[in-house]
Amino acid sequence: MLFDYMAIAVFVFFSTAIAVTAILLGGLFGPRRKSEVKSEPYESGMIPIGPGTRRMPVRFYLVAVLFILFDIEVVFFLPWAVSFRKLGLFGLIEMFIFIGILLVGYFYAWKKGALEWE
Amino acid sequence: MIDLALVLEWVIKSLVVIFMLLGGFAYLTWFERRILARMQTRVGPNRAGWQGLLQPVADAVKLVFKEELIPARADKVIFVLAPILTVVPATVLAVVIPFGTQVILFGRQVNLAVADINVGILFLMAVASVAVYGIVLAGWSSNNKFALMGGMRSTAQMISYELALGLSFVLVALMADSLQLSEIVEAQRTMWFVVLQPVGAIVFLIVTLAEVNRAPFDMPEAEQELAAGFHSEYSGMKFALFFMAEYQKMIVISIIAVTLFFGGYLGPFIGRFPWLGPVYVLGKVVALLFGMVWIRATLPRIRYDRLMDLGWKVLLPLVLGLVLITATGILLADEFGNSLVWSIPVVSILAGFLTVGLVDRSLRRKFNALR
Repeated sequence: MLFDYMAIAVFVFFSTAIAVTAILLGGLFGPRRKSEVKSEPYESGMIPIGPGTRRMPVRFYLVAVLFILFDIEVVFFLPWAVSFRKLGLFGLIEMFIFIGILLVGYFYAWKKGALEWE
Repeated sequence: MIDLALVLEWVIKSLVVIFMLLGGFAYLTWFERRILARMQTRVGPNRAGWQGLLQPVADAVKLVFKEELIPARADKVIFVLAPILTVVPATVLAVVIPFGTQVILFGRQVNLAVADINVGILFLMAVASVAVYGIVLAGWSSNNKFALMGGMRSTAQMISYELALGLSFVLVALMADSLQLSEIVEAQRTMWFVVLQPVGAIVFLIVTLAEVNRAPFDMPEAEQELAAGFHSEYSGMKFALFFMAEYQKMIVISIIAVTLFFGGYLGPFIGRFPWLGPVYVLGKVVALLFGMVWIRATLPRIRYDRLMDLGWKVLLPLVLGLVLITATGILLADEFGNSLVWSIPVVSILAGFLTVGLVDRSLRRKFNALR
């Protein structure tokens, strides 16, 4: 069974090799004529104002935090889904309770405005 | 035991799948441009070779000979690493897909899958999440505010839709009673899962469009506002790698959709001629890809707040409901006879219509409040 993961390792090795080769090929054949204007950040011809990395709205971080919460719960679903037929009615009721708790948090986040993007 | 023949088999199978994806990527660009052109009453690329068939080769040669710029003040290591980090997961997703059953080749029993691991779905979820890193790092390392915005938008979009994606994987795992992709396909011998769970299949297709940043969810690449988003500083082969990642992901995610909902390699006479498996997969994938191009030609890009609303407020609760409906339906069928399995599609479609109705009502309310 674990042999399968070695096949995956072989696959990852070859796909990485191809990506690296592509970049090396580009570096090998591409011309290199540096100039000050060329290495400026590209903003459709405008002269860039201010630093390139600046503060982002906090909503992105809110989305990330909510994602971590809900994604872990999605991962909890998978083992249940596989053993669901053995657990029967008990497993189903358990899952209803679990989703109920999940939904409380979900609606709390919704009402708090964590999902709003004005 | 590990012998040389087994290692050789892995190498050959890996290379075949990788080069199949590379060729698929090259000709998908041609396919998309031709189809889009026809839908806009143009002709499309038809000069290089017969019907423009050599166009991808010409594009590749051109990109190899382009200058590769690294902007000043960019984080050079991450800047070079980001395209690799984007393209590798897009390719590696294909490793667990079964393209057919077993065939006899050179006197060996050969599985038509590189690695048919027993937690295939979990593997898909994990690798699909890794793809986000490449995009956010590309946006961050470019030292360009538009690239950063594109990267952030793209990340927020992909992680939001990953929830609904993961839950539609759960739907399939429930119906197939397994996480192994070959067993999932075998479970569809009597009936494709798209029949059993049509709403789940539609949600999956919508979510995959958002996951691969395709129209109408191509916010990160909104040309008019972000100048190509996270890859606007990339040129030459590094740009080609981002392009490759996007198109390979389109292909792979269509293969996944085919495997999970449309019967994978199954089709008429598959029992007698196992070589037909890859052919059926190819046919179904081309149909799905045509659908993706069609959607790009038809629908305008949706607004970013609506995009996030669709992911968090519509699709996530809908799929949660579908999970419960499917579980209840399976339990009912197990307890009170097999015909009750049809309660799943019926109730699911009702839930789908209910969702569409609620969205419609809330949009109408917003519209009336504006007037």
